[in-house]
Amino acid sequence: MKKLNLSKNAKHDLVTYGIVVVAYLVMEILMKAGLVSSLLKGLLVPLCIYAIMAVSLNLTVGILGELSLGHAGFMCVGAFASAFFSMCMKESAMPGGLRFLLALIIGALAAGIFGILIGIPVLRLRGDYLAIVTLAFGEIIKNLVNVLYIGRDVDGFHFSMKDSLSLNLGEGGKVIVNGAQGITGTPNDSNFTIGIILLLITLVIILNFIHSRTGRAVMAIRDNRIAAESVGINITKYKLMAFAISAALAGIAGVLYAHNLATLTALPKNFGYNMSIMILVYVVLGGIGSTRGSMIAAVILTLLPELLRGLNDYRMLIYSIVLIAMMLFNWSPKAREFREKYSWKRIMKNGKKEEV
Amino acid sequence: MSSFLSYLITGISLGSVYAIIALGYTMVYGIAKMLNFAHGDVIMVGSYIAFLAVGAMGLPPILAVILAVVVCTTLGITIEKIAYKPLRTASPLAVLITAIGVSYFLQNMALLIFGANTKMFTSLISIDAINIGDGTVVVTGETLVTILACIFIMVCLTLFINKTKAGQAMLAVSEDKGAAELMGINVNGTISLTFAIGSALAAIAGVLLCSAYPTLTPYTGSMPGIKAFVAAVFGGIGSIPGAFIGGILLGVIENMSKAYISSQLSDAIVFSVLIIVLLVKPTGILGKKIHEKV
Repeated sequence: MKKLNLSKNAKHDLVTYGIVVVAYLVMEILMKAGLVSSLLKGLLVPLCIYAIMAVSLNLTVGILGELSLGHAGFMCVGAFASAFFSMCMKESAMPGGLRFLLALIIGALAAGIFGILIGIPVLRLRGDYLAIVTLAFGEIIKNLVNVLYIGRDVDGFHFSMKDSLSLNLGEGGKVIVNGAQGITGTPNDSNFTIGIILLLITLVIILNFIHSRTGRAVMAIRDNRIAAESVGINITKYKLMAFAISAALAGIAGVLYAHNLATLTALPKNFGYNMSIMILVYVVLGGIGSTRGSMIAAVILTLLPELLRGLNDYRMLIYSIVLIAMMLFNWSPKAREFREKYSWKRIMKNGKKEEV
Repeated sequence: MSSFLSYLITGISLGSVYAIIALGYTMVYGIAKMLNFAHGDVIMVGSYIAFLAVGAMGLPPILAVILAVVVCTTLGITIEKIAYKPLRTASPLAVLITAIGVSYFLQNMALLIFGANTKMFTSLISIDAINIGDGTVVVTGETLVTILACIFIMVCLTLFINKTKAGQAMLAVSEDKGAAELMGINVNGTISLTFAIGSALAAIAGVLLCSAYPTLTPYTGSMPGIKAFVAAVFGGIGSIPGAFIGGILLGVIENMSKAYISSQLSDAIVFSVLIIVLLVKPTGILGKKIHEKV
């Protein structure tokens, strides 16, 4: 058999895809064998959602090098846009598979468009200012969704920002988006397999983007903006492109989220800044800029509080201590020195030297 | 007109609380160049301490406030020593995540000790309300004390920074850490002092906040914390008068939009104003323009 001649990048990417596929197969086998608790089963789709979120945020934070604290806002846009579409199409003759596919495209497009709209003003700012403005945008999106009322009757759609009564729906009219109560009765179209497929698609998009000419341009901007500008890279264009792709992928995670639960509401818990920060924690702990790392960190850190569930009230406390300890171990100069001294590679090397 | 005036006054009062919290944010940012996400939770700790001191220990309000300040100051210095000091040379993102970790830690500690139930905070301020203009505008004691406390703190802080040696050291460290160290300034000590002052202010803000809005849960501090952070950015992060102006403006805008536009949309309006200001002036109202060297 002819040996495949793959570049280092391609090998690295294949390993990443392999991890996802193997994890999927292992879970499927375990489920068939009945070894998976119902708690873990319920976590499978959220795991895919968080992994997609982490991988897409890594594009903004790790590859583009801009700190974004509003990533959950894009997820919110994707979730509501797609859930709205699915609700409208629920009674039509459209088959479920096609409906979900269209919902996916709509969710991703809506989030991507929001990414561009927000990106144009925001990307002019730098550093912490950019972080706070993305946070503000995330909160605004959440706030607006909470006062949005949309209903439909024979005359078409009715919009309101006050309450469901002021929609003035005709007879047989239905409220689709009901303000703070959100959207109720979204079809349950997503499952673990679809989640894994979407995660793989996200990985393919991001990894290919990073290794493309565009991706290299984006990384050049991250490493030295002025140098990149002086060799003729259009900063605004590339920044906006990376930001919009990242937003659209967060929209896909939102579609998955919306079609996993029967009711969709925009709470501080799921689409607020707490969520954005949680995703950021995955990215930083996974290693900023490492796609595979973000994905693995998202899975481990989502499972960790659940595995600690036996400890009840102490689990979030332990989670926070683990978080602080990991950061200190990773970044403090003393810990780095210690790790260098006792690193596995060095021990192996010393062992070999002694043999000689 | 009279209702406008009373909305304005409550807005200024809310803004004063934001300003006091924002001062802590902005000082820490100016010196340690880090976003201290745990600052909002120090407010919550301060409120709980005051709540316990009055409710369980039966201390007079003044002593309760002093106790809260002492506990929060100690807490602030301890957090800085354990969690932030080892990361002085690490990337800002790493410090940010550590601060988030500290924030989770404080929230969950409070959840374990005090439980998730909402505590009703009894106001520590027992001054009668004042009527202005034949009783059309009523200024409550809490409002009055909050505004006065904010002005008092601003004056003291400005005097401290401009007239004392420690204050000058702070300015020097915020401008150039390396040069300050060469001039014989104890950089670590100065950073500790900044955290101490910031946390003490957070304790005072916590007491004032809970006196005006008397519900206390382990998550009380997080939203005012974020708002104050917005206020600090609004005024130009790192600038002390900026934090004051940003805080007051934010409080007034929030209260006015609650009163005249929509109470549900007030947060969205506050954040929109922030975005517009930053688009016009990318470093905030009083922020310094950073020149880029090639």
